[in-house]
Amino acid sequence: MTNAETVSVLREDGTVDPAHDPGLPDAEMVSLYLHMVLLRAIDEKAVALQRSGRIGFFVPSTGQEACSIGAGHAVQDGDWIFPAYRDHGVGLMRGYPVAALIGQIIGRASDKTRGRQMPNHWCDRSIRLVSVSSPVATQLPHAVGAAYAAKVRGEGVAVLATFGDGGTSTGDFHASMNFTGVFRLPVVFFCENNRYAISVPVERQTATGTLSEKAAGYGLPGVRVDGNDVLAVRKVVGDAMERARAGEGGTMIEALTYRLGPHSTSDDPTVYRSDEEVAAWREKDPVRRFAAFLQGRGLLEDPAAEEAEAKEAVRRAVEDAEGSPPVPLSSMFEDVYAEIPWHLAEQRDALLSGKG
Amino acid sequence: MAEMTLIKGIHDALATEMARDPSVYVLGEDIGRGGGVFRATEGLLGKFGPERVIDTPLNEVGIVGMAIGMAMSGLRPVAEIEFSDFMYTAFDQIVSEMSKMRYRSAGQFTAAVVLRAPSGGGIRGGHYHSQSPEAYYIHTAGLVVAMPSTPADAKGLLSSAIRGEDPVIFLEPKSLYRTVKGEVPEGEHLVPFGVGRIVRPGADVTLVAWGAMVPVAEKAAADAAADGVDVEVIDPRTLWPLDIAMIEASVKKTGRAVILHEAPRTCGFGAEVSALVQERCFLHLKAPVARVTGFDTPFPYALEKSYLPDPGRTLRAIRASMDF
Repeated sequence: MTNAETVSVLREDGTVDPAHDPGLPDAEMVSLYLHMVLLRAIDEKAVALQRSGRIGFFVPSTGQEACSIGAGHAVQDGDWIFPAYRDHGVGLMRGYPVAALIGQIIGRASDKTRGRQMPNHWCDRSIRLVSVSSPVATQLPHAVGAAYAAKVRGEGVAVLATFGDGGTSTGDFHASMNFTGVFRLPVVFFCENNRYAISVPVERQTATGTLSEKAAGYGLPGVRVDGNDVLAVRKVVGDAMERARAGEGGTMIEALTYRLGPHSTSDDPTVYRSDEEVAAWREKDPVRRFAAFLQGRGLLEDPAAEEAEAKEAVRRAVEDAEGSPPVPLSSMFEDVYAEIPWHLAEQRDALLSGKG
Repeated sequence: MAEMTLIKGIHDALATEMARDPSVYVLGEDIGRGGGVFRATEGLLGKFGPERVIDTPLNEVGIVGMAIGMAMSGLRPVAEIEFSDFMYTAFDQIVSEMSKMRYRSAGQFTAAVVLRAPSGGGIRGGHYHSQSPEAYYIHTAGLVVAMPSTPADAKGLLSSAIRGEDPVIFLEPKSLYRTVKGEVPEGEHLVPFGVGRIVRPGADVTLVAWGAMVPVAEKAAADAAADGVDVEVIDPRTLWPLDIAMIEASVKKTGRAVILHEAPRTCGFGAEVSALVQERCFLHLKAPVARVTGFDTPFPYALEKSYLPDPGRTLRAIRASMDF
């Protein structure tokens, strides 16, 4: 990977680079921070739930909070979100309630998606947060279609599609970037390059020096940003979304970041990463980095207190979700089609009557 | 009523529904300026403009995925895949995305895409232009699979697909595009899903066939009639959800069932129809349920005529059923 220009805002000395400062009001910056803390608390709790056998699986985003929270903050009413499974922070920042997010993980009756998918597969139409899929990058062509619809209707909205470095190797990525360029669609491709697709390093995904330079092959601008710098992410995603809303077409953004934890609760990253590498990235922890900036500005008094409050909110949400009744058996057969056809009615009735 | 070919029935449905509902869009390769490789969309570009008649880049994943996103946004996209053999490159988008969007979002999002594709053999197209993929999609929860065999059904089923709330795999028997003609109602015309058509009533044997096999079934039935065997031919029209009630009533009457399809035999849709018939009509059956199908080989180019079921093979199965 070469060192192409990478947009960064938060300097080591606690100041900001005025060239790229998004200029957010203090309250908004505090909100960004609180959501990052909340996201980390959710991830830590969910991993603990999996370790204790209370849920089957989880994909944590620890280390990448600046990406999803910064990008989520750039989304406005009417915009669409087509997220990857590690980007629950985008929805969280957009107002997807903690109760709903935890409800999905627990998969009981309180889950808006009725326990239909494993953890990390959120969906909330009210904020145009589209159902997450497990195969990588399959949501990108859908983003193209939503953008096409928005464009022909003159809605003036943008579509945010998020994915990882591995996603750039897929055919779906190619198709979507190409369609977006050809039709000049308002899609913002937000690629979180966390350096590994499970165990495979980014150098095995591409022979190009950067991921962002792929954009040129599709007639789109490509931007590279420090993905552990929430203000920089907010800035570049915000600019790209504005371009999209203004009818100036799509953008690809590569955010340089690092997943501090495993790919998922089924993964052992010590097999493919050195302790030194992880330790070096831990020094760049996006939450602590932003906390230090806010403290320097006098906007944050006690990070530990905020963390404790976030943990308590998550604990309460877990308690509520686990207290929710199980998903009713008959719901298995619903939402397959608009109306239940004869064969599903037969199978449902057989199951419910104990004869199936 | 107007007499037209099956391909004109398809065209008529598209033009009628696009005129009726501004949210109907068509997209695919060569469907705009080219009018479609089989001319199904000819003239639509001039009539409805390039925004609604979309020539896409050459990429089936992009076409299907884009249609899914459009449908999730409330548009009614009708995507054309040039040959059903080319759908496999978008298989994941069809079976894991389009078909499951309603389920996995618990009804918050739907992807009521209509995916049209010319299907089946008989045009000297070889392996990549002749396959019959219906079983894959019938096996996939969440999809409606339809295949017309007449111009009127082509128009009526496609119109229902466009107006419906479920994703539809709409397979068009390409060998019938210009070889069958029939009366088609003018203006809006709907044929409901899940309702079969009794092509020919009969008392002795039930013969179930769809798509390009319906004319083969009719010929075999005519030949059987000359032998004094009265064959009832049923075209399900919608393959899934199947009009099992129509087939069940017929087999309970005749006591014999023969299923005829182009697709390979093993795990072909005939196997499912056979199982359903035996589950529902076991005590009425006078002979084993028989299948006349394509063979479990890749679709052969030079030997196409021997691969495809014909009236002769069908008639032999009818006789075997009668003689059992």
